[in-house]
Amino acid sequence: MKKSFVAAAVAAIMSVSVAAPVFAETPPNMLVIANRIDDIKTLDPGESFEFAGSDVSRNVYEKLVNFDPLDLDAGYQPELAESWEISEDGKTITFTIAEGHVFSSGNPVTAKDAEFSLRRAVLLDKTPSFILTQFGLSADNVEETIKATDDRTLVLTLDKPYALSFVLNCLTSTIGGIVDMASAMDNEVDGDMGNDWLRTNTVGSGPYKVVEWKPNESVLMDLNPNFHGDKPAMERVIVQHIQESATQRLQLERGDIDVARNLSPEDVAGLADVEGVKVVDELRGRLMYFSANQKKEMLADPKVIEALKFATDYAGMSDSFLKGQYTVHQAFLPRTFLGALEETPYSYDLDAAKAALAESGFPDCGPIKISVRDAQERMDIAQSLQNTWGQLGCDVELIVGTGAQTLDRYRAREHDIYLGAWGPDYPDPNTNAGTFAINPDNSDEAGATGLLAWRNAWAIPEMTETTLAAVVENDTEKRKQMYLDLQREHQKTSPFGIMFQQIEQNGMGASVENFVAGGATTEVSYWVITK
Amino acid sequence: MTDVTNGEGRRGPSFAPWLIKTVATLVTVAVTLLGLLFVTFMIGRVMPIDPVLAVIGERATQAQYDATYLELGLDKPLLVQFGIYVSDVLQGDLGKSIRTGQQVTTDIARVFPATLELATLGTLIGVAIGVPLGVLAAVKRGSWIDQVARLVGLVGYSMPIFWLGLVGLLLFYGILGWVAGPGRVGIFYQGIVEPITGMLLVDAALRGEWVVFRDAFSHIILPAALLGYYSLAYISRMTRSFMLEQLNAEYVITARVKGLSEWQVIWGHAFRNIRIQLITVIALAYANLLEGSVLTEIIFAWPGIGSYITTSLLANDMNSVLGGTIVIGSIFVGINILSDLLYRFFDPRAK
Repeated sequence: MKKSFVAAAVAAIMSVSVAAPVFAETPPNMLVIANRIDDIKTLDPGESFEFAGSDVSRNVYEKLVNFDPLDLDAGYQPELAESWEISEDGKTITFTIAEGHVFSSGNPVTAKDAEFSLRRAVLLDKTPSFILTQFGLSADNVEETIKATDDRTLVLTLDKPYALSFVLNCLTSTIGGIVDMASAMDNEVDGDMGNDWLRTNTVGSGPYKVVEWKPNESVLMDLNPNFHGDKPAMERVIVQHIQESATQRLQLERGDIDVARNLSPEDVAGLADVEGVKVVDELRGRLMYFSANQKKEMLADPKVIEALKFATDYAGMSDSFLKGQYTVHQAFLPRTFLGALEETPYSYDLDAAKAALAESGFPDCGPIKISVRDAQERMDIAQSLQNTWGQLGCDVELIVGTGAQTLDRYRAREHDIYLGAWGPDYPDPNTNAGTFAINPDNSDEAGATGLLAWRNAWAIPEMTETTLAAVVENDTEKRKQMYLDLQREHQKTSPFGIMFQQIEQNGMGASVENFVAGGATTEVSYWVITK
Repeated sequence: MTDVTNGEGRRGPSFAPWLIKTVATLVTVAVTLLGLLFVTFMIGRVMPIDPVLAVIGERATQAQYDATYLELGLDKPLLVQFGIYVSDVLQGDLGKSIRTGQQVTTDIARVFPATLELATLGTLIGVAIGVPLGVLAAVKRGSWIDQVARLVGLVGYSMPIFWLGLVGLLLFYGILGWVAGPGRVGIFYQGIVEPITGMLLVDAALRGEWVVFRDAFSHIILPAALLGYYSLAYISRMTRSFMLEQLNAEYVITARVKGLSEWQVIWGHAFRNIRIQLITVIALAYANLLEGSVLTEIIFAWPGIGSYITTSLLANDMNSVLGGTIVIGSIFVGINILSDLLYRFFDPRAK
């Protein structure tokens, strides 16, 4: 009896192992993606502020205005709003809602839904709400400032005549997603406007709806049967959480997935000769920088900072361990943003660095602590800085911690040098200008922890004025010039050493076309993909 | 009257030890879990990481920060916070995970069955191969079988699981295509089986979805074999050592002298006497796997409790960490109790 059971078990194992189903490719109407999606905390567009969550949201929720994935450079385009007008005083924008858009629930999209969605984003007061409240919208005034006058008209009243491009760019971000008011309110609990329900359920008018989200495991999306646009070729999208680059690569080579989104440089190189697979590079908005705390006497000396900027081996790093993943970029606006400055005045020049240091009050340099989180690429950069700055005579020590530990120290203004990354929150130049080049009150009491300039104790009353002026400049050319000038000044005088801009390298099947991760301005768009 | 009283008196003492032992066990379990929770809770609170930032992210305003600080109850003294947490736990509320936005109980109900399934299969493989290998190595001491068993043990102990997992994946999935890739089930079969236990193999069998069962088996076999290999390295080594001790005992020589067959001597006598020790070894190996093998889970994209707790800890998601701690703590206590019960079953002296 026992022997026969063991024999049967062994036979079963052998038969399954040998006859395991092996699929050479995924079905033609299905897109399978391997990605790290463990950052998704919520699917509610009023709350979602993480990369993978924004990827989902872009494919589920339409916005008043949005980017065309096949022409990102064209900027925002009409989506739920077919047109808009701005009042003479520049404070009131009137949107006309297009007809024919329908939520996955079957309810038509009206101006009332837009009013509800934008109001609830302000009222919920979650982290991304600042994207809307920066226009003077608040819990106290939303009933007057965000108003649907009829089913097709939405009126937005701002506290200042902001640049129209600034306002509309902000409305393209995740928080601008329009949800179905009826469905959200049907699922309201304790006045949460459906927040708890929308964390795990979606009801938008975009091309897809989320069928199932298993945290840290997968997101499954099917077509929204009521989507007003052309029917997407990919009828089902599955995003699997695959942490390891090597695993993603194996799956891609086997044809079990269509796209691998987190390949290491080694795995990208390994895919070079693999048939049926290609790697597509795309410039993203993330910047890698170091910054110096101006509370530290030595680091507050502009000549010391200049020396450090010249003693940084930008090209050496981007050509070696960052190869393919980062490109040298030295201004606070990522390339492809309006007014992005592409000049790179600093390159590794030890003589220039030594000369600058000699002119400073600290010709022998001194101890410098670099706060860095324990991530591979950042550690590599920190070690490079330790090496090249060390050649100036600086005694560089690396303080390694988890992301949260390092960030805590940064926000408390306790660091010497912070090595970090910054990604834009919304696709307008103010997203970065408003943190790298604004600091209205440099006192500790101000507690402006959201501003990078404040975190580095960099007092800049004049630059703050200039940055604020740029958000109300309605002539786009003039606005662009203002940002160019601002970045030149920033490059010269700031304690920020901006070094690199991220390149995303996505591996995919050779037949996959139109995969756009979102450039520097937006997120991935599954509905245009074919294969 | 007297007889009845005496009768009651006799029944009393025979019932009381059982009751006392049960109550003592329950008290021990409760105190152990409470202590474990207290230590984990305090470590979480004194770690130099701001739990508020873990919730709201670094871009939040000071007002949002303050509101969340109060919402999390961080303004209260540590002991009060712990008291509130324990009281919630006693009512079955483990709180909400800040990382997944879902109830910790929901999260654990999702990730633990995945680990349970993997660990159970891994242990079965470890026992099925490790025990016979250990016995054989002891019986054929110094022979090539013994050398192979030692080599297996050595490799199992010294090879990093991360590396072995990747090589296994490359060979059996990437090159040979014998098994399916990472994850619990193929994309075609996701969501087909309505969960009963949460263990996909069991659920697929119960629902009669044999195609899904085959696919799920094809996914689990490689990580389970990997974990099983690490278990068998330990189990075979210990079995060998226990058996050697028995085989040198006088009663074995006596059994041989009496003319019993080698099979009867080994399995009927020597092996019978190492069962108690083996139960402890296997229980420990099983408990270790039930904690979740983080690296195996990461390589095979296996959504188990090991990677759940680790990722939560790094994100300072303390509700999830504490919830996971309760589960792991309960497992260890449960397996200890189970081992005790098995002792009683196999060892007449313990009865």
